[in-house]
Amino acid sequence: MKPAPFAYLRPSTLEEALAALADTQGAKVLAGGQSLVPLLSMRLAAPSTLVDINGLPDLDGIAADAAGVRIGALARHADVLASAEASASQPLIGMALSHVAHPTIRNRGTTVGSIVHADAAAEMPMVLRLLDGTVDVASVRGRRTVPAADLFAGPLESTLAHDEVAVEAFFPALAPGGGVAFSEVARRHGDYALVGVAALVDTEGGEVTRARIGFVSVSDVPTVVDVSDALDDPAGAALAELEPADDIHATAAYRAHLVKVLTPRVLADAIHHARERTGA
Amino acid sequence: MITQPEELHDVRLQVNGSVHEVRVPARRLLSDALRHDCGLTGTHVGCEHGVCGACTVLVDGRPVRSCLMFAVSAVESEITTVEGLTEDDGTLSPVQQAFSDCHGLQCGFCTPGFLTTITAGLRENPEPSEDEAREMIAGNLCRCTGYQNIVKSVLRAAEIEREIERESGEQVQ
Repeated sequence: MKPAPFAYLRPSTLEEALAALADTQGAKVLAGGQSLVPLLSMRLAAPSTLVDINGLPDLDGIAADAAGVRIGALARHADVLASAEASASQPLIGMALSHVAHPTIRNRGTTVGSIVHADAAAEMPMVLRLLDGTVDVASVRGRRTVPAADLFAGPLESTLAHDEVAVEAFFPALAPGGGVAFSEVARRHGDYALVGVAALVDTEGGEVTRARIGFVSVSDVPTVVDVSDALDDPAGAALAELEPADDIHATAAYRAHLVKVLTPRVLADAIHHARERTGA
Repeated sequence: MITQPEELHDVRLQVNGSVHEVRVPARRLLSDALRHDCGLTGTHVGCEHGVCGACTVLVDGRPVRSCLMFAVSAVESEITTVEGLTEDDGTLSPVQQAFSDCHGLQCGFCTPGFLTTITAGLRENPEPSEDEAREMIAGNLCRCTGYQNIVKSVLRAAEIEREIERESGEQVQ
């Protein structure tokens, strides 16, 4: 349970970090390391070089305004969760983050790192996808903004190039008539979800105009299903598009069962949230 | 086969108020650096992939898994291990005293991780309910399954801290 040897760089500016990534074959970025270090220790990954970005300045910001929440690459889950401004702008961030691992892991793990780690069993990639957020990515070629819809390629695989660093994630604010909710079933609170479900609804005068549901741990990428036209059977509409998989934690049939139970419940909670906010 | 010697890094670790200058490969886990390079074997290593919590130390006052950090990444941080919880004269900290009072340890393997986690947990929430005490320790595993007494220890530690605070308040008056 020890990582294989690797070279280690701890740059002090983003430019140095990007140059190092561009110059080195097989280099990986180390931020919080709460997903990467276990992969290294279990020798499921063996990068030639780790570029540790923990010494870079100005990447730990959490800024919220009426448009949404911007989270820097070194902002730890615990700090994002503790940000009242972030949760006021987009309440789903805090709802989901309280389910991300245990507090000890949240103290070191970063929200942006979790997103580009692209684990379909993780909450924040799905939340970004459900909210149609974006990730700002830097490389020696410049900066670009990647919509969440274009971010997830496969299991633990993002569409970022090997020399790109995700520097910031943007979560759009909750619209005035909007509501959100989150729930998951795990063996212990803080463990990986067997199934996690989030809902985002828009309402006008208390009536739902749009409803989308995001799923954690059901497919091999974070998945969002639009159920606007299936409000009386959202789970049926979701299961028509999902292919729950077996693994050592749960059977496909059990996952489908959890989707059936959680989807209508979370959708109802989101509608209730929207009506509560608008007083409708 | 000729293998190149692994590159070593000079790392200055600040642990329990002392500076340890160590020379380690980049892949040295902080848990191993504390144990092997600093000789602080109070930090225990269980699963080595972040699940069991036995290796939990405080990094700048916050509980962190030392098996999920590299020693080279810890250069700018102040680290507290279980050895750093005791007073200079050897007096047990309130959390340690509570574990002794409540039989909060059996084999003791998981205990260092619980002690550091609860020490930080009580700073954040000095008066936990029983449910909050359970939540505080939910990320740590005890292979003896002695959880009931660990929960009692959390509540007792909070009580001891309140007693100390009350006494120091009386002394001031």
